[in-house]
Amino acid sequence: MASALHLENVTMQFGGVVSVNNLTLDVPEHKIIALIGPNGAGKTTAFNCITGVYRPTNGLIEFMGNPIVRSHPVGKEARTYKGNNADKYAGEPIISPTPDHITGLGIARTFQNIRLWKSMTVFENVLIAKHQRAKQNVFTATFRGNHAEEERMRKETMELLEEQGLDVYKDELAVSLPYGLQRRLEIARALATQPKLLLLDEPAAGMNPQETIELADFVRTIRDKYDLTVFLIEHHMDLVMNISDYIYVIDFGSEIAQGVPEEVQNNKRVIDAYLGTG
Amino acid sequence: MEKKKRSFSALICVAVLLLFVVFLENLSAIFPQVPQVFMPTSPLFTVLKKAAVYSLVAVSMNLLNGFTGLFSLGQAGFMLLGAYTYAILTVPTAMKDQVYYLFEGCAFDFSLVDMFGGIFGSEGAGGAFSMVLGCLVALILAGAVAGFFAYLIGIPVLRLKSDYLAIATLGFAEILRAIFQWQKLGKITNGANMIKGFPTFSSFNITNSSGVEVLRLSTFVPFLISSICITVIVLLINSSYGRAFKSIRDDEVAAEAMGVSLFKHKMLSFVISSFFAGVGGALFAMYVANAQAKAFTSVMTYEILLIVVIGGIGSVSGSVLATFLYVACSEWWLRFLDSEQYIGSFKVPLLRNGFRMVVFSVVIMIIVLFFSQGIMGNHEINLGALIDKITRRSKRSERKQ
Repeated sequence: MASALHLENVTMQFGGVVSVNNLTLDVPEHKIIALIGPNGAGKTTAFNCITGVYRPTNGLIEFMGNPIVRSHPVGKEARTYKGNNADKYAGEPIISPTPDHITGLGIARTFQNIRLWKSMTVFENVLIAKHQRAKQNVFTATFRGNHAEEERMRKETMELLEEQGLDVYKDELAVSLPYGLQRRLEIARALATQPKLLLLDEPAAGMNPQETIELADFVRTIRDKYDLTVFLIEHHMDLVMNISDYIYVIDFGSEIAQGVPEEVQNNKRVIDAYLGTG
Repeated sequence: MEKKKRSFSALICVAVLLLFVVFLENLSAIFPQVPQVFMPTSPLFTVLKKAAVYSLVAVSMNLLNGFTGLFSLGQAGFMLLGAYTYAILTVPTAMKDQVYYLFEGCAFDFSLVDMFGGIFGSEGAGGAFSMVLGCLVALILAGAVAGFFAYLIGIPVLRLKSDYLAIATLGFAEILRAIFQWQKLGKITNGANMIKGFPTFSSFNITNSSGVEVLRLSTFVPFLISSICITVIVLLINSSYGRAFKSIRDDEVAAEAMGVSLFKHKMLSFVISSFFAGVGGALFAMYVANAQAKAFTSVMTYEILLIVVIGGIGSVSGSVLATFLYVACSEWWLRFLDSEQYIGSFKVPLLRNGFRMVVFSVVIMIIVLFFSQGIMGNHEINLGALIDKITRRSKRSERKQ
């Protein structure tokens, strides 16, 4: 099985704090992989390293077999570096793309605390995500030379909204939607960027049990329909155990366990990490 | 096609407005008995001209501050660049020695108007045509120079956020003003002295062979240029790029994660805004009939910022509306406060030279304190919808009868 995303020795250090420590993991294509861990374990930081929000202090990230992020500690970082493998990537040039570049490669994400564009309607929120892949420049767009392209973007946005059952809200402000629908809109917006890999940061946060069950089906449906690979962070264990093909558990930035749901569920270190050692 | 119909009716409204301006301006020629207000020397036309110029600058600032969320205060600097570019390029070659007498002539022995005059002839219709063409090219170049400097400045400055960006751009504008007043550049910028003698708005008035004005166009020209420029800005705002700008304003992190390149789009917005500020600056030079660095102080930027805030951050029509109200108040309606007034035999207290500014400041403070959203908030005057409403109402009343 080819891997969609591969992290190797990824370390993220902020000052003296190592948020993600020597994380190595593999996300095979067309699977649903979960990253779990207690609060403050470094899960979202790992996501931010993948999506280019942070340049990791050290490590390599590959997407579809190509390196997209590669880094090693430089300058002051090198002197204060506490992680491992500092020399492993030292000879190679640093690759540190911006988030929009990563999105262009085909990785889309949602956010832990919803980040929709507040002053815009549901329709516009999805439409903007189509902007990057549209064939246009600022002159054709301003003087409406991109008419066909604009029509296509609007049509595809409408299709996407219909599919997610959001078409009835299309002219409402995104923030006026109920919480569960806002989450769904965020996923729709991520899908509009035409990703191959979808990163979901706590998609079930704040949802009730019924909505959580629906979400599990929803994630599977979109994976099959758009031929996606899904990598998610989640706290709802029911959801994680239900939909994940494979689980990585981290605590204090380091991996403490990995395996299929049953293995992880019975792993002593995982139970200790969540419940504390008695 | 609801949308198409609306933009069409908006276009019609602008055309009607322009025709109305021409009509208003020539009213005194058609009916010599009109009230004093409609005479060519009336403050009405000063206000209209200045407001047309300022509304373009205000809208360009709104594009940056209101639609892209970049708090920039460099507008006066880009206006200065535009004004000087226009002035240097259009002063007739014959006038150069006279204008630059302190520096013994200009380094640029070249004028766009003369150049086109050489091609199309400098007399009669050919002369008029080459003047219009020269001014037009100079206006575009004025914008281009401002845009080019914005690009250079943008590379380091656009990495900054909010207040820091404001300070950096404000500093840039002040530095630019100092450089343009530098005596050593006198051969180009005429030092701290003004450049004059270039075509102004009144040069567009059409005169017959004996020098009598047949058709006044001096107010129409700034209206025409401003409305074309504002239309382009509105088209940009409503395009895919405009939506991307708004997404940056609302949430940078989300915008970047959804594939909107922050640097590229901020730069685009900054350069386009500065381009139109440059054109606005050139128009301002035409309005005051001279170009002098002294005029483009930070006070001017604050004035425009104030207009944008009063009109509503994120509303083009608000900016335009606010400009006309602001300029009319400061130049015309509140003028009476500056001189002694009597009601019957009662002398109104406090009124003296400068009192206008006190009242004006109080009015502005009240607006900013109690109407922090401005006149329009982030809504637009929807001309199409307005017309729809009126026609529907009239249809309904027809049916009743």
